[in-house]
Amino acid sequence: MIYTAKKDVNSACKIVAEDMLLTTDMPTAAGSKMLDGYMSLLEAEVLTILKDKGYGVCGKADVGEFAIDLLGETSYNGANTADGKLLNSSSEILKANEADAVIALDVNGTTRRAAAQNGLVSVKPTYGTVSRYGTVPVACSGETVSVMAKDAKTCRKVLDDIAGHDDKDGTSLPESEIAKKADAKEIKRIAIINDMMADVSDDVKANIDSAVAKLDVEVVNIDSSVIASSRPAWNILMSAELCNNVSRYDGVKYGHRAEKFSGIDELYTNSRTEAFGDLLKTAIIFGSETLSTENYMKVYDKALRTRRVIVEEFAKIFAEFDAVMIPACSKAFYTEDDVKADKYVSYKENFYTAPASITGLPAVVAGGVQLIGKAFSENALLELASKI
Amino acid sequence: MKYETVIGLEVHVELATQSKIFCSCSAHSYGAEPNEHVCPACCGMPGMLPVVNKRVVDYGMKAGLMLGCHINRVTTFDKKSYYYPDLPAAYQTTQWFAPVAVNGLVEIETSKGKKGVRIKQIHMEEDAGKLVHDIREDTTHVDFNRTSVPLIEIVSQPDLSSAEEVVAYLDRLKNLLRYARVAECEMAHGTMRCDVNLSVRPEGSDKLGVRTEMKNMNSIEAIKRAIEYETARHIDALENNTEVLVQETRRWDDIKGKSFAMRTKETAGDYRYFPDPNVMPVVIDDNWFDEIKSSLPEFPEVKRERYMSEYGLGEYDTEQITKSIALCECFEEAAKTCGDAKNAANWIISEVMSILNLRQMTYDMLTVSGKSLGELITLVSGGKVGRANAKKILAAMFDDASINPEEYANANGFVISNDTGLIDKVVKEVVESDPKSVADYKGGKEKALMALFGRCMKELKGNCDPQTLRKILIEYIDKI
Repeated sequence: MIYTAKKDVNSACKIVAEDMLLTTDMPTAAGSKMLDGYMSLLEAEVLTILKDKGYGVCGKADVGEFAIDLLGETSYNGANTADGKLLNSSSEILKANEADAVIALDVNGTTRRAAAQNGLVSVKPTYGTVSRYGTVPVACSGETVSVMAKDAKTCRKVLDDIAGHDDKDGTSLPESEIAKKADAKEIKRIAIINDMMADVSDDVKANIDSAVAKLDVEVVNIDSSVIASSRPAWNILMSAELCNNVSRYDGVKYGHRAEKFSGIDELYTNSRTEAFGDLLKTAIIFGSETLSTENYMKVYDKALRTRRVIVEEFAKIFAEFDAVMIPACSKAFYTEDDVKADKYVSYKENFYTAPASITGLPAVVAGGVQLIGKAFSENALLELASKI
Repeated sequence: MKYETVIGLEVHVELATQSKIFCSCSAHSYGAEPNEHVCPACCGMPGMLPVVNKRVVDYGMKAGLMLGCHINRVTTFDKKSYYYPDLPAAYQTTQWFAPVAVNGLVEIETSKGKKGVRIKQIHMEEDAGKLVHDIREDTTHVDFNRTSVPLIEIVSQPDLSSAEEVVAYLDRLKNLLRYARVAECEMAHGTMRCDVNLSVRPEGSDKLGVRTEMKNMNSIEAIKRAIEYETARHIDALENNTEVLVQETRRWDDIKGKSFAMRTKETAGDYRYFPDPNVMPVVIDDNWFDEIKSSLPEFPEVKRERYMSEYGLGEYDTEQITKSIALCECFEEAAKTCGDAKNAANWIISEVMSILNLRQMTYDMLTVSGKSLGELITLVSGGKVGRANAKKILAAMFDDASINPEEYANANGFVISNDTGLIDKVVKEVVESDPKSVADYKGGKEKALMALFGRCMKELKGNCDPQTLRKILIEYIDKI
């Protein structure tokens, strides 16, 4: 695992923050050489809240560059591996009992995937219920602060403590909306989306079967090609927003600045060329293209409309079912060789994480399966997860 | 061949809000140290999220309504991406898809008569910072005080056809926006900036010629010169084939008196607009809309009409007072308080405006309340305070708007005395001390009486009704 640890933290509940959350007493690099050693002037609101409530923030966990990879393979610190397998720093920290919970920014589903491959629990709450103030912005329309722990109970406790309205976040919902979480009904009927099961490995299938066997709920298999179309639409929206959000890192004000340049254009180009990794550069170019005048209506606007269709599809399903069960990954572990063979693995694996990201619906991963529920149903999802 | 010029304007106006558009930093950096009014949000640092300043939307709506626009009840903010060192986040938050106001109409008047200029749209956006080039050090410094200061951009249709019309249009915008108290609109302060889109075509043609956009005019005079130069350049190109006109952005150089094509690098590019996911659409409900609508002032011409018919003011007085909404408000309240509109108008024009001019204040900077001015006028017309002392009180009211004129007059010995014994005593002393003036007056020199009168008034510290003094003085001299 790669993380900055603070040794002197004494608290009943220790928290490690993923390096997408800004801290004022430790640097925040967001996995990028661009922000190596960056000291923020502000602290993530969720960390301020947790400290006020007696939690101890005892370190920062490394993350792939701007948290868009799903395997942690793109951190400027290098991949975190054991026996060739790619490992996620946050989940390793939990497994080593270095912390009781990890607070992360679920941009593209990294922590959900990490929880799935390690038998941990991760909750991505309903969009707008937890402040995003002080998080490194990437794909703001879908990313949320998330919690990962060894069990559902810890996730529930931490999430309850950080949820709430924040005036400093324009997308933060009013307290009256967030309070709807208390009314979440018990989950009795679950739909498994066949379209999401096609390419998964046997061990992932076994996780689904095992979860179904443990739960005392009605499970029905249904088809939904719409939900399976979340990935391309999300990749367009995420890349476009990312391209715009990381454009602020230009070597002028802070962050990496190239030593050699002649004129302002070269300062930009050389600094960014040197500091950004391949996957990020691909996303920047892809995102930039989708927003061009030529492509905006054909690509970006279409993705926005697709998002609405996906939201409506979930609404239709939720008219009959209380939650949806899908895998969180195609297989548990990838190796460094897999990524060498296809560096866009992360952009494909988010087939499983994109449906919850693009809709802002709450998602809980436990026992290697992912449950997606109606808005504000995270408590009911966690309750169910505690039985898997 | 005869040609006509077709002009459309993009006018940027800085809104006079206290704080910036998405953070609580002060929006007023005049006289501030570089980078004094900045925070992580307006510096584009990661982690800060924009929260819309409601006052900016208030002002945007007011501007829209003053310019006869339709207000979009759901208005959204979008990101416009480009790299420039004065733009710290490398994007400007602006309104591309659903601007706050659209389809307006502004009436202007020139030597050719009245004319309507259509407004395409008004959108709200944040300003960029400033780059300060240091030639000696060959470096460039960045000042972010101005980043995220709220602006509106007023985009007109190509309905203007001369420098005179452009000037009339800008004056009209300035007048209306100042009336609504949403902006200062002072080109010299950079609170109003103007880009000119211009093309030329044969008179009567309905086909538009090649259009150029001119930037960097810093005064009304520069705008006039730029339009005249550019029109001549276009006509010359068409008539004499001196050059091929291309659609481009040009920089006006007022010292050289010429426009120059900007490098394509400075202007080219795709701004990659898309909706800002961090700023929720702003929904203007009926309550909000009605509140703004009812807060708008009367239009200047409505006021002018009313001042003449209702208050019986002359054309000159009306023109003077309606130059500024602050003068109008002060006048109306003063007229109501003292019950004498013509007298109130005289006070505004002769006394209030002269102090404003003397102190080099704009008319809109007036802080003296109409009620206090009305009370002061009542004191003078009621014979309680002399006019010269009243002017002193007014000057004090400029220094401290909370002064009550009557209390101030009492406290400073500015109250006219009805003690004729005192007047008799002063008249006697003055007359006895200046037999020459008395002799001159008796010899037929009216001026000599004025000198004696002035000295008496001075001795009495102005606290005397002039008619009474004059009467006593003449009677006294006649008796000698």
